Amino acid sequence: MKIHVKNGHLIDPANGIDAPRDLFIAAGRIAGIGAVPEGFSANRIIDASGLVVCPGLIDLSARLREPGFEYRATLESEMAAAVAGGVTSLACPPDTDPPLDEPGLVEMLKHRARHPNFAHVYPVGALTLGLAGERLTEMAELHEAGCVAFGQANTPVVDTQVLMRALQYAATFDFPVWLQAQDPYLGKGGVAHDGEVATRLGLPGIPVSAETIALATLMHLARDTGVRIHITRISGAAALEMIVAARAGGIKVSCDVSINHLHLSETDIGYFNPHAHLVPPLRAARDRDALRRGLAEGSINAVCSDHAPVDDDAKQVPFAEAEPGATGLELLLPLTLKWAVEMKLPLGRALARITCDAAGILGIEAGTLSVGATADVCIFDPRGSIKVSRETLKSQGKNTPFLGLEVPGRVRYTLLDGHMVFENGRP
Amino acid sequence: MRNPQLNKNGELQHLLTIDGLPREIITAVLDTAAPFTEVAEREVKKLPLLRGKSVFNLFFESSTRTRTTFEIAAKRLSADVINLNISTSSTSKGETLLDTVDNLSAMQADMFVVRHASSGAPFLISQHLDAMRQEHIHVINAGDGRHAHPTQGLLDMYTIRHYKKDFTKLTVAIVGDVLHSRVARSQINALTTLGVPEVRVIGPKTLLPADVEKLGVRVFHDMRAGLKDVDVVMMLRLQNERMQGALLPSSEEFFKYYGLTPDKLERARPDAIVMHPGPMNRGVEIDSAVADGPHAVILPQVTFGIAVRMAVMAMLAGN
Repeated sequence: MKIHVKNGHLIDPANGIDAPRDLFIAAGRIAGIGAVPEGFSANRIIDASGLVVCPGLIDLSARLREPGFEYRATLESEMAAAVAGGVTSLACPPDTDPPLDEPGLVEMLKHRARHPNFAHVYPVGALTLGLAGERLTEMAELHEAGCVAFGQANTPVVDTQVLMRALQYAATFDFPVWLQAQDPYLGKGGVAHDGEVATRLGLPGIPVSAETIALATLMHLARDTGVRIHITRISGAAALEMIVAARAGGIKVSCDVSINHLHLSETDIGYFNPHAHLVPPLRAARDRDALRRGLAEGSINAVCSDHAPVDDDAKQVPFAEAEPGATGLELLLPLTLKWAVEMKLPLGRALARITCDAAGILGIEAGTLSVGATADVCIFDPRGSIKVSRETLKSQGKNTPFLGLEVPGRVRYTLLDGHMVFENGRP
Repeated sequence: MRNPQLNKNGELQHLLTIDGLPREIITAVLDTAAPFTEVAEREVKKLPLLRGKSVFNLFFESSTRTRTTFEIAAKRLSADVINLNISTSSTSKGETLLDTVDNLSAMQADMFVVRHASSGAPFLISQHLDAMRQEHIHVINAGDGRHAHPTQGLLDMYTIRHYKKDFTKLTVAIVGDVLHSRVARSQINALTTLGVPEVRVIGPKTLLPADVEKLGVRVFHDMRAGLKDVDVVMMLRLQNERMQGALLPSSEEFFKYYGLTPDKLERARPDAIVMHPGPMNRGVEIDSAVADGPHAVILPQVTFGIAVRMAVMAMLAGN
């Protein structure tokens, strides 16, 4: 299949391209940019007039809920959501049931995900068996089975000796470790940021120090073990300052933020909206503003959807009892664009955070439109918009605090390995 | 976002919290309650305002006192009252909160009086009823988690107005476990809405929630300083289980520093009133000499509580 994407505005942040350029795809790879490659004759021409042509998006955290939570979502439903959102590569956290702590489970997931219409799946293996924080997993074996990093999803390792050993062991093989900074004691029983809103609503709070203390522990251990550490889903301004300082001190640390924390704060809990029950909690407006600036400046390396489909039954309960999490695969692009518009950022800089910068953290060859690269491409209408509703979301999870909102950016085509996997021709 | 307890005409549809309730509505409840206090003096203690209506007391958390006062209030308005102690029935059989609500709605309920251990549960119920086009069913929050206990807040306002008349000249202190107290939150919201110029909270840092001053209160950790020249002292109940964690070292030490004794009460104005939502822990948050003394209005609070709950029910669903 040879595809000629015509008249589009090509943005490839990795190569510094932000200009009208045609794109040529052949044999699943980028065959050329701008001028027609020699001997190229297209089987299909896509008219991308008025559209942006960019690398397929990379999501650093998307729960597919397999194995174990198929009542919440399946690979089929979530992969349809991914490509509809322009996402062509995604990392899935290990909090499946059972957790991704054995090579066989990872192989099974990779096998199930091997489908021409499914985004590329990069499992994050469990750092400890059963995510229990007691014994190490067979990281080298898990790596061979396809894990790109090791982490604990939302379950902290309580025992700091185990944590140190796990980081040492991962550092032995230079495996990156992805962890959330979350003190298990300070946040105990908490369901919201320990601030004005939690006080007003009478919700048990999670103090800022639950994040900063855990982060301080991780930074010290990262320095001592030399491990490559990635802090997932930071929530507060204080944590960001610590990461910037740690980096200046020579620690190899990257971090990401979720689309939810980029746009929302504690006040979005409103009258106990269970969709705003998230881990980590939505913090104060000044925290959100610091995260927005940090992502713009690059001190936060990437933004992810933190996609967590939850069934309605688990959300139709009082706030504190509601299962945390929000669906997000289809909102990664729109909410990144919304942030970029509000921050008056060039589109290329914003798209870098969900393409090449995210690829760098994953350590994969993706997120660019370089000639010869895999032809994972997202083509979207930057002037279009989508209404977030239960009907339009393809994910099985309809739980998002953005329900009812109109958000910018409408994916028109998604190509995966040079194949058309999503097409929404009507504007 | 529309206040979910008001209908589109701005009238009270549900009573879920005092937070955001207009002053006129609070005053209307107090005004409506006034004549109801006399009903109790009559030989036939009944009014027909809720005749033919079914009031369901949905108590997901056990309570004798609050449930009883709601029951009396509803019966004095001639309603049929059904008490459901759900913590020991359906939820243990796996029925969800909203399934329970749907089942009771199908029994032609007119009003749910809800107590639940989780903050916000009555909001969930009222939103569900509105979504299921059951707007004719009214929800009264009888205490949800740490969030709100609006009828308690209103009866406290009734009591204060009864003794002090004008809210705009008062200094009021709320003492004790504000962190876990739905009563304190409702009191603070009511007092600030009614224009009390100075609302104080007094307690150790472990029992005050984060950013509590943003609710419009002055914070004191020294009880003697906090009680200076106050007109009203509102004591809070200290749950026994608070001693189990690391919030307080002992009930003795708490009593010494934050218990209301005659000696500490001397700091208040000579005509100060002392209130308590009950049930009291004598010797923990309040000394018997104060609880039974001339400043205490704790029993009148209970009496007024019935009239105030009658007023709320009559305003929501009265014929």
